[in-house]
Amino acid sequence: MEAFRAEVGSSGPVCIRGGGTRWSLGGDVGAEVRVVHAPSGIDSHDPAEMTVTVWAGTTLTALAETLAEKRQEVGLDGPPGSTVGGSLAVGWNSIRRRRTGTARDALLQAECVGSDGQIFKAGGPTVKNASGYELCRLLVGSLGTLALTGRVILRTRPMPESSLWLRGSMTPTEVERSCYRPSSILWDGDHSHVCLEGYGVDVEQEASDLVEHGMTEVDGPPNLPPDRHRWSGELPKGAVLDVAIGVVHCNGSGAVPEVDPTVKVIAGRLKANFDPKGRLNPGRDPYMVSE
Amino acid sequence: MVHEMPAGTDDLVADLVEALGTDRVVAGGGARHLYARDSSIIEGGHSGPVCFPGSTDQVVECIRVAVAHGRAFVPRGAGTGLSGGAVPCNYPVVIATTRMNQIHEIDTERRIAWVGPGVVNLDLTRHLAGTGLHFAPDPSSQQACTIGGNMANNSGGPHCLAYGVTSAHVAAIEVVLPDASTVVLGEEVGDAVGYDLRGAFVGGEGTLGIATRIAVRLTPDPPAVKTLLLDFESIVDAAETVTGIIAAGIVPAALEIMDHKVIHAVEKFVSAGYPLEAGAVLIVELDGLPGGVAREVEIVEQVGAENRVGTVRVAADEVERELIWKGRKNAFGAIAHIKPGYYLHDTVVPRTRLAEVVAKVNAAVERHDLIVMNVFHAGDGNLHPLLVFDPREPGTLERVHAAGEEIVRISIEAGGVLSGEHGIGLEKRGFMPLLFSPNDLAAQQALRDAFDPHGTANPLKVLPTGASCGDVMSLPGIPEGVWV
Repeated sequence: MEAFRAEVGSSGPVCIRGGGTRWSLGGDVGAEVRVVHAPSGIDSHDPAEMTVTVWAGTTLTALAETLAEKRQEVGLDGPPGSTVGGSLAVGWNSIRRRRTGTARDALLQAECVGSDGQIFKAGGPTVKNASGYELCRLLVGSLGTLALTGRVILRTRPMPESSLWLRGSMTPTEVERSCYRPSSILWDGDHSHVCLEGYGVDVEQEASDLVEHGMTEVDGPPNLPPDRHRWSGELPKGAVLDVAIGVVHCNGSGAVPEVDPTVKVIAGRLKANFDPKGRLNPGRDPYMVSE
Repeated sequence: MVHEMPAGTDDLVADLVEALGTDRVVAGGGARHLYARDSSIIEGGHSGPVCFPGSTDQVVECIRVAVAHGRAFVPRGAGTGLSGGAVPCNYPVVIATTRMNQIHEIDTERRIAWVGPGVVNLDLTRHLAGTGLHFAPDPSSQQACTIGGNMANNSGGPHCLAYGVTSAHVAAIEVVLPDASTVVLGEEVGDAVGYDLRGAFVGGEGTLGIATRIAVRLTPDPPAVKTLLLDFESIVDAAETVTGIIAAGIVPAALEIMDHKVIHAVEKFVSAGYPLEAGAVLIVELDGLPGGVAREVEIVEQVGAENRVGTVRVAADEVERELIWKGRKNAFGAIAHIKPGYYLHDTVVPRTRLAEVVAKVNAAVERHDLIVMNVFHAGDGNLHPLLVFDPREPGTLERVHAAGEEIVRISIEAGGVLSGEHGIGLEKRGFMPLLFSPNDLAAQQALRDAFDPHGTANPLKVLPTGASCGDVMSLPGIPEGVWV
């Protein structure tokens, strides 16, 4: 962390770049702003603790490969090339969030460099923790505007023994009623896409019930367009709705949701308290995203 | 002992009565005495007037009047908290949410319920009977504790191992902030954009504002449930079994360990059928679809056998299942019969170090000539060493204090944290620097100040400060984090 701290320094505007896969979300940082990168690498994965200690610059792909050796996974999501730190900063949830948990649930501890160039720690290393304020929650989805994250401890989950996607004309509500805790329900305007996961015997049983209702087994989820915005009641052509979380996968970002002015007051105070000089990721605003 | 309230209190009470009505404000000595404490053993709090608002608007009025009089306010649910979070310091306005106990709306299709903060945890689940849904957080006090209180402490319970603690079950919150403005944090569906203010608020221990309506997520009842009781000669074997189960890729609904002394206390109290000769018992609850549950029962039996299990009892029916749980859920009541005083501790350690830490904790407490018993959420490494004692014996409280601090130090040295579900409150704020550096604490203060820039909401809780909490802090020889 010391090297990362030195790189961030304590003066002048600075932005942090992961894989750059969602670089323009929340507004552009100026071209003249100094760019830093978090270190990469996996310190330790302990399956019996269901935690992994990983540097923020590690790619999600590399992390997934390591976790898969012990048949575990984390609830972070991003396009190929995305890093752990970038994915936490953006806070996108996996379409399998119902099983993997949310990005905001995944972060147990973060070691960060603050605006003053000092290292601080948010959260704690254990899977359960009620010691002090929930700083980790604030960091996820903050687009690096409160602190720059170097190393994290993430919650892991067992991978399912069996995983199956089905597609058909049942409505998402009908699917929800027919299945016990499916991992994903998507809606493309014409069809539901459902992911069943768990023990093979249970997945087969639930799948056969869905097949009786006209669903058919498919290779995987539908093609998801690259952008996301919040569900506002309309599904553009080619877009896919993630039903449980109200997120639309689409081409091009939609309108920025309206935010209560009181929320903006608290957000403004947070930014001012954590980054009084406005040096961390200047130009980015987590309220200027459409999801 | 009830002290005289500070100057200006009569005017404060008059303004509160004018704003809320006479039936919603009490300021007499009896009530203030009652509301000067919670279920922790912290005494010495001083309550100002106690208000019982019935609506969001009335909460706004309580805070508006308190602020106008330069008084702080302390939110309070059922008062079942164990860390002194609701103990009032320096005569604040106490805002009790117990009359905000309406279940406003239940949407079974979207699996959301809007409830008042004063709704009792178990009442919601009882209300949901027949819908196939329930509210998952199940702290041991669930027959009395409120959902507002659960939210303030981010409470857990045995079934939070698989289902997550309260934060995972709160979608949105209507909050009255310390400046008396009202805002909704979070979204009924999905994550709100921007900073996760909902996530920051949950677990805020009443220092960030007061929740006035809460949208909780409802969880589908599992189609199949199996409850197993495994007994072991030693707590080490029970703990190794827990590690083995998780390492095998199973996340049971619950994994609870009770030690020899607790087994005896419980059997005397409720006759749950626990084997008296066992050094420890482990309750394993498996739920989900029937095929997987059956497979997991086999795996648990196998892992138990690898760790020298005595017998494995699989509850044959709902009656037997409830009996196994009755013992666990009544453990604290049973223990209260042993000595007049008890202090329930709460730390978390890596679950792979449970056995080692329990042994160290037991040795440390016994060195202080106190009785210690262990009943805990083993699945997530959440220890609950329980110290039983007679506070009337001279010198006992000092020993309890010293043993408590050792428990905290042992847990942190093993890579653990201060609290898993009881929160920090007054009890552990003095220990915060053992876990957090000054920079870490400054970041936490920055979060708190964003919600409450003037320190009006439940001051002196959670973060260590130099300020005093009246008599609680002035007790000779006991600096901070007091249980008396």
